[in-house]
Amino acid sequence: MMMKGLKKWRLFSLLAAVTVFLAGCGQEQLSILLPAGQVGKDQFNLLILSSVIMLIVIIVVVIIYVIALIRFRRSKLGEDHIPKQTEGSHILELVWTVVPILLILVLAVPTVYYTYKLGNVTAMDAVDEEGNTENLVVDVTAKLFWWEFEYPELGIVTAQELVVPMDEKVYFNLIAADVKHSFWIPAVGGKLDTNVENVNKFYLSFEKDSKDLKDGVFYGKCAELCGPSHALMDFKVKTMPRAEFDTWVTAMQATGEETTDVAAVGQGEELFQQSCIACHATSAVGETGAIGPNLATFGDRNRIAGFMDHDKESLKEWIKDPQKYKPGNKMQSFGDMSDEDLDAIAEYLMGLSVEK
Amino acid sequence: MSSVAQKRGFGATLWDWLTTVDHKKIGILYLLGGGIFFVIGGIEALIIRIQLLKPNNDFVSAGLFNEIITMHGTTMIFLAAMPILIGFMNVVMPLQIGARDVAFPFLNSLGFWMFFFGGLFLNVSWLFGQVPDAGWTSYASLSIASEGHGIDFYAIGLQIAGGGTLIGGINFLVTIITMRAPGMTYMRMPLFSWTTLVASAMILFAFPPLTVGLFFLTFDRMFGGNFFDHTMGGNTIIWEHIFWIFGHPEVYILILPAFGIFSEIIPMFSRKRLFGYAAMVFATVLIGFLGFMVWAHHMFTVGLGPTANAIFSVSTMAIAIPTGVKIFNWLLTMWGGSIKMTTPMLYAISFIPSFVMGGVTGVMLGSAPLDYQLHDTYFVIAHFHYVIVGGVVLGILAGTHYWWPKMFGTMLNEPLGKITFALFLIGFHMTFLIQHWLGFWGMPRRVFTFMDGQGWNLANVISSVGALLMGLGILVLIINIIITSVKNVRVGNDPWGDGRTLEWAIESPPKFYNFAQTPLVRGLDTVWIEKMEGNKSGFTAAEPVQDIHMPNGSIIPMIMSFGLFIGGFGAMFHAEEAWGLPLLIFGLFVTFASMATRSLKDDLGYYVKKADIERDLKQKGGRN
Repeated sequence: MMMKGLKKWRLFSLLAAVTVFLAGCGQEQLSILLPAGQVGKDQFNLLILSSVIMLIVIIVVVIIYVIALIRFRRSKLGEDHIPKQTEGSHILELVWTVVPILLILVLAVPTVYYTYKLGNVTAMDAVDEEGNTENLVVDVTAKLFWWEFEYPELGIVTAQELVVPMDEKVYFNLIAADVKHSFWIPAVGGKLDTNVENVNKFYLSFEKDSKDLKDGVFYGKCAELCGPSHALMDFKVKTMPRAEFDTWVTAMQATGEETTDVAAVGQGEELFQQSCIACHATSAVGETGAIGPNLATFGDRNRIAGFMDHDKESLKEWIKDPQKYKPGNKMQSFGDMSDEDLDAIAEYLMGLSVEK
Repeated sequence: MSSVAQKRGFGATLWDWLTTVDHKKIGILYLLGGGIFFVIGGIEALIIRIQLLKPNNDFVSAGLFNEIITMHGTTMIFLAAMPILIGFMNVVMPLQIGARDVAFPFLNSLGFWMFFFGGLFLNVSWLFGQVPDAGWTSYASLSIASEGHGIDFYAIGLQIAGGGTLIGGINFLVTIITMRAPGMTYMRMPLFSWTTLVASAMILFAFPPLTVGLFFLTFDRMFGGNFFDHTMGGNTIIWEHIFWIFGHPEVYILILPAFGIFSEIIPMFSRKRLFGYAAMVFATVLIGFLGFMVWAHHMFTVGLGPTANAIFSVSTMAIAIPTGVKIFNWLLTMWGGSIKMTTPMLYAISFIPSFVMGGVTGVMLGSAPLDYQLHDTYFVIAHFHYVIVGGVVLGILAGTHYWWPKMFGTMLNEPLGKITFALFLIGFHMTFLIQHWLGFWGMPRRVFTFMDGQGWNLANVISSVGALLMGLGILVLIINIIITSVKNVRVGNDPWGDGRTLEWAIESPPKFYNFAQTPLVRGLDTVWIEKMEGNKSGFTAAEPVQDIHMPNGSIIPMIMSFGLFIGGFGAMFHAEEAWGLPLLIFGLFVTFASMATRSLKDDLGYYVKKADIERDLKQKGGRN
């Protein structure tokens, strides 16, 4: 009985330790300590390696420090004690120059290796015999304060929610349309800036299905101060197996073919055509460069404006006064729109889906 | 202040301070100005932490938050940390090398007033309600897009203040090179003077790029230049390079003098010569040199390509080596010593582990692929506060307690000092340790708020409570200063009892001419050597008592700086107000007219008569 109790206790304490450890790792959808892709894993390995080296340094310093503070206190040695005025030691100077050099080398070699590995985008332009690119390329345009994702080879565009296939390298072309931003999906890999004057290229790979996450998405962030609503410039990332992704692409490409049956148009769509279409497209077929985010997949999305709850109430609030929720954004307010009209538009937008 | 000055009226005293060219008084002005800006920057920090206390907080608005973080960073770096350190350099360095003043007393005054009016210009932006809001780095695309005059205040204010710093740096360089007392060879110079020399050399090379960058920014925003407008052929990345070519050396300009302060305090309160003095000097110079080789590590995510990133990764890591040498030499200085836990020493010993933690996270950030993850997150916030607060601010607080009796002739209260220390140190680690994890957990920096449900809530509460403790610590320090000043218990030459360098062989505070006779320096820690050989005064003179040549005070530096201050407003409003251009011209006229006056009117200074010096010596009942 006692042994059993002890075992249980051991198990419990182990469980407690694991819980604390996991809590220290943050949340799966946005922690760099729980990497969900090869790039993030490489960077995580460097984090562990450098932390271990640095802990060694800290431990050595702390040991010398504590012993010195305990042994050589004046209260112990007496007020009149005059210590020997040591000049220094060449051997010691050599030791604490050479040992750190070796420690730095241990970190520097993998650093250089991974810098070149993660910077290698030569496969981006690779084409097969028919001239199609071999890898998926996504063109990202960062705007105040939202993200546009174009799939140039597939002829489709979306916004705010990036959809990518799992277990392959996805290449990104990054640029900003107004001021500098920075594209970052913490759980998947490090960031790269979206500059205003040049396209930056890099790749990420996604190795975990976002379905299994708390909200069904990875979190993406803007990591460069870009104005008042920098903090709210979030986006989301959906990962799925390749086959599912292909289905999604087909559905996206089909949004352009819908012929609007004038008689069947609902009130919401009619209102949308009058008030919103100038900035927001509802067809995913097209290119980058829209004034406002593409809304073709609005009903599939996880958040409104990147950060607000995805429900009709929030959507109506947002349409009435976007500046209140995301100061400095470029959308105009529709404060004088009637509640009925807002309901209709919200109803319509929530119905825009390629996944349902 | 001499007894003669105390009898004068308020107006005369004020005039005395406005016109002073005495390095000790200018140093105190720097400390006062820097101290006021430090409190302002601290209040801004507290507002930041209140706003981030809980998710979706609305204590301040998004736009105001960006203004506050920008002003917090800019104020703390340019208007608090640098001026306070320059204040210590001003007061202490000439005393340590046995000089009667700096090489160019007039320029010294000009440097202070330019800093003061530049800082004032920057902070006047609050009254206009148009405050810099693009971060202390003011990256070009955002700073060009920023509306209102906020960024103009930043560009012009820093231009004026930066000019003052450059003047100060050149002045210290010339002073150390040409005005060391007989026997004070470079390798006998106290470490604080060495770090002053290296930091001044770094100022000389680091500030001109900032000047150029700020001129570009000013011309882009106010006069239609297109340096950073990519649609007109400009390039915003150029700003990032220029800023960091200045900005990285800048952090070493801050930390080296702090290293210098600790290199004075640790030997004194260990009663032991600094271990490995030559290695310490070499490490200081090497850090100063390498400091210019690593700027692009702030730009790993800009897309410079793997080769540039790899080179700057390795050069960054290399800086850890001389820094490590310093840490171990401090430890070995304490080893075998006789350690006395005074307030300055408490700061010094807490600095060592605090700074090591900031240093090692710096090496981690130096690994480019890892930096792709950590850049612009709270991990970076934690890192640089560990080096700047754990290094520079602890150094400043230590130096304040350490040299207070030398500057004012009375000692800060030790128990209160220790309370400040405990509150500040606990608060500091509480605020910033947890922020490393906030970075790991995906929290970007410079966010005015955060959504609930991301696992960041508790960590932010802990951080905010820590900030409050730091604030309380500073409050106790201010109370301490007031109590001490009121009590005003006078102390002698060497109030800590274990003085090793020249400043402890003269009066507290020193006479305006510092040394009645120029000292003879017989080795490193010359005062200690003299005392150990039985010379209780710790002082040997290198010359007989004779007339001393001193410079006259002047109001011109203040007027000259004031001209730039009002000219700045003219430049800013020249496009929209009729009075703008005339005001700009008038301001520049005031400045140039002051310069002309200074150049054309001979001011040869005056002599302190031998008889007066002998009377001063007799009053004390002995030599120096």
